[in-house]
Amino acid sequence: MSAPTRSTVRDSIGLGLAVGLYGVAFGAAADAAGLHVWQAVTLSALMFTGASQFALVGVLGAGGSALAAAGSALLLGTRNTVYGVRLVPLLQPKGVLRRVGPAHWVIDETTAMALAAPNRALGRLAFLVTGATIYLTWNAMTAVGALGAAGLGDSARAALDAVVPAAFLALLWPRLRSSFPEAATQRRVALGGAVVALALTPFVPPGVQVIAAVVAVALAGRPRTGGRATAAEEMR
Amino acid sequence: MSGTTLWAAVLAGSLGCYLLKLAGLSVPAAWVEQPWVARIVDFVPAALLAALVAVQAATSGQQLVIDGRLVGLAVAALALALRAPFIVVLVLAGAAGALVHLLA
Repeated sequence: MSAPTRSTVRDSIGLGLAVGLYGVAFGAAADAAGLHVWQAVTLSALMFTGASQFALVGVLGAGGSALAAAGSALLLGTRNTVYGVRLVPLLQPKGVLRRVGPAHWVIDETTAMALAAPNRALGRLAFLVTGATIYLTWNAMTAVGALGAAGLGDSARAALDAVVPAAFLALLWPRLRSSFPEAATQRRVALGGAVVALALTPFVPPGVQVIAAVVAVALAGRPRTGGRATAAEEMR
Repeated sequence: MSGTTLWAAVLAGSLGCYLLKLAGLSVPAAWVEQPWVARIVDFVPAALLAALVAVQAATSGQQLVIDGRLVGLAVAALALALRAPFIVVLVLAGAAGALVHLLA
């Protein structure tokens, strides 16, 4: 194995393990929202996109309808479509079969690692190694988190109640850091989203306020002209 | 909510999210790379995740509630600002929430 190949594999596995461990928080959040262990595990296996999974169980946990839960998951899933477009030149999928497999692993981290690699071959390698590492650990840790949370007693429930919003905040946090593209605008939109959701809470069915918070995107204003740093490229 | 409804949300959401991924590898790039589309997609996560943070931390049903979760969230924010590893963030938030529960 050449040095660049070794370094790509090492970085991909390292990031994959770190991200995959977060599955334990998802499993616990799913249990707190009233999902069965099998439902948590199915989400990690079939949906396999963290923010959408957290949104789905978050809305269900807040008492939202199945429609609101799936809707918020889909809204967050739209960014994977954009990632897919960016990955086409790299993966060059020929035919239907070459698309249906890799598509499942098109997420924030695989895109970031693939686009950051020095060339196309290493980019494909980074995509596959990151994808495989996250897929395995994310699913295993989801089961650990869901089973662990299901076995908790009453006093530990209060701890879990506080862990769930913290897990959402940790998911949001990288977007608010000053190193993220247009961090000030991201913060404005985030604040707007939180305010809209809280303001609507007394007046709409649970879960609907989360979907409605998407109007805060208007605070981002017009697209900037010229070169645009993309979220995925800057994620590392 | 019944188990069947939960399963419907799980399976429909999963199928939809997969199709969104597949679409990216399948549709012409020009469809997706409209400046307005890219703009909205870039900012949807901030709006929705922040809404979820607020709803998870400060509401119960249709009521605004202040309890240990908000204290846990403040502790988590502090830990994140200090660049603590995520597991430390979650443990500290949980400990803060449990402490408030015991004292209240």
